[in-house]
Amino acid sequence: MRRIGQYILFLSALFRKPESFRTYVRLTLDECVYIGWNSLLLVTITSIFIGAVTTLQTAYNIVSPLIPKSVIGLIVRETTIAELAPTITAIVFAGKIGSSIAGNLGTMRITEQIDALEVMGINSVSYLVLPKILASVITYPILVIFAAFLGITGGYLAAEFTTVVSPADFVQGLKTTFNPFIVSFALIKSVVFAFAISSISSYMGYYTKGGALEVGQASTKAVTISCIAILLSDFILAKLLLN
Amino acid sequence: MIEISNISKSFDDRTVIKDISAKFEPGKTNLIIGASGSGKSVLLKNMVGLLKPESGTILYGGRDFINGNRDTVTDIRREIGMLFQGGALFDSKNVEENIKFPLDILTKMSEEEKMDRVNFCLKRVQLENTNKKMPSEISGGMQKRVGIARAIVNNSKYLFCDEPNSGLDPQTSIQIDRLLQEITDEFQITTIIVTHDMNSVMEIGEYILYICNSLKLWEGNNQDIIHSGVQELDDFVFANNMMRKFREMS
Repeated sequence: MRRIGQYILFLSALFRKPESFRTYVRLTLDECVYIGWNSLLLVTITSIFIGAVTTLQTAYNIVSPLIPKSVIGLIVRETTIAELAPTITAIVFAGKIGSSIAGNLGTMRITEQIDALEVMGINSVSYLVLPKILASVITYPILVIFAAFLGITGGYLAAEFTTVVSPADFVQGLKTTFNPFIVSFALIKSVVFAFAISSISSYMGYYTKGGALEVGQASTKAVTISCIAILLSDFILAKLLLN
Repeated sequence: MIEISNISKSFDDRTVIKDISAKFEPGKTNLIIGASGSGKSVLLKNMVGLLKPESGTILYGGRDFINGNRDTVTDIRREIGMLFQGGALFDSKNVEENIKFPLDILTKMSEEEKMDRVNFCLKRVQLENTNKKMPSEISGGMQKRVGIARAIVNNSKYLFCDEPNSGLDPQTSIQIDRLLQEITDEFQITTIIVTHDMNSVMEIGEYILYICNSLKLWEGNNQDIIHSGVQELDDFVFANNMMRKFREMS
């Protein structure tokens, strides 16, 4: 309970005594490059393979000759947009960006760089953490859209290069009964996940005590707790938004 | 001038500093000395606002740092420069960016004015032409110098140094001590240095506050310290053979 209270106080400190708007714009753009652009390769690889594997596994599970093969394309589209792109990418994102944020802030804490900011009269939470959260919330939904597109492309490539479903059937499935709300659902989830990952990882790093060992532990905890938060919020959002 | 009165601080049940009062004058190198764990760094952290004391007052030029309103505290903080034990330079910024950082954030100076000030400070700490080096590319002594330059770049009135000589060889330590004393004298800064280095004490200790077991046990200067008559301080000062021989000779 003490940790939850400290986390809430930490979030409230984000908006206390902020620096100039120009400072945040510059820092947020830097973080967008670091968080968004630098995650692109990992997201690309993950998404293409997840889409391809989903196609193969769906085909493997459809044994009844009464179910048309085009259903595979439909299932790949729905699962990729609604679940795989936002959630699996979030777990990958937590592993890469969450651990990096916690390690970065943890190192700054133990080497007194955060104290140096505080002594200068700078709100270190706002200066260091707010740009990371803003950059995550801005770039992660873009990554999710990208991941969804690549996931479906990966599914199509699996259809193209294997015999489990013909590309024509796959494309026909993709075009069948599309409910645009799943895109909104995916984007809402992506914003929540991005906020959870960046804020939890920042919190874990910011309050690191000790030395190099504790920085490593903070990074591990940041990823673990972020993953739990992702799965929990995924369930809550599904329950709230899909009813 | 900085005046502290009856400062106390505890962590859980353990009292780390108790009822410490002192006056630190401008243009003097003020030293807080004591054994490891005596509470001197905790006192320093209370004075710069990294910790909040449970009782007592801290006045910067008559302005209340503990109970003052937010604007007063912010104004005071922006007059403080601090040299941390490990330098605390920002890893991701080069030497020039580290020193310019307080000017970027806290002032509205033009880029040209900032660079003039940065180069002046770099020259003052004898580090010309190191502008583009990263902190990892310079020695410990140079990192301390960059830390000093960053601490004074915004025309700080108060300079705090936490163990500025830790991890440095004796010769570099003396150079850092002399640099701190020269800067203090030149800019009439109120400088407060936490140390347990006896070379520093004898070299630059114009005002010395000795803390032992959470309490202030003695205050004076580097001339008086060898005749303090305080047993704990004598044990601290004359812990090594060289100082004992020095006492016998004097």
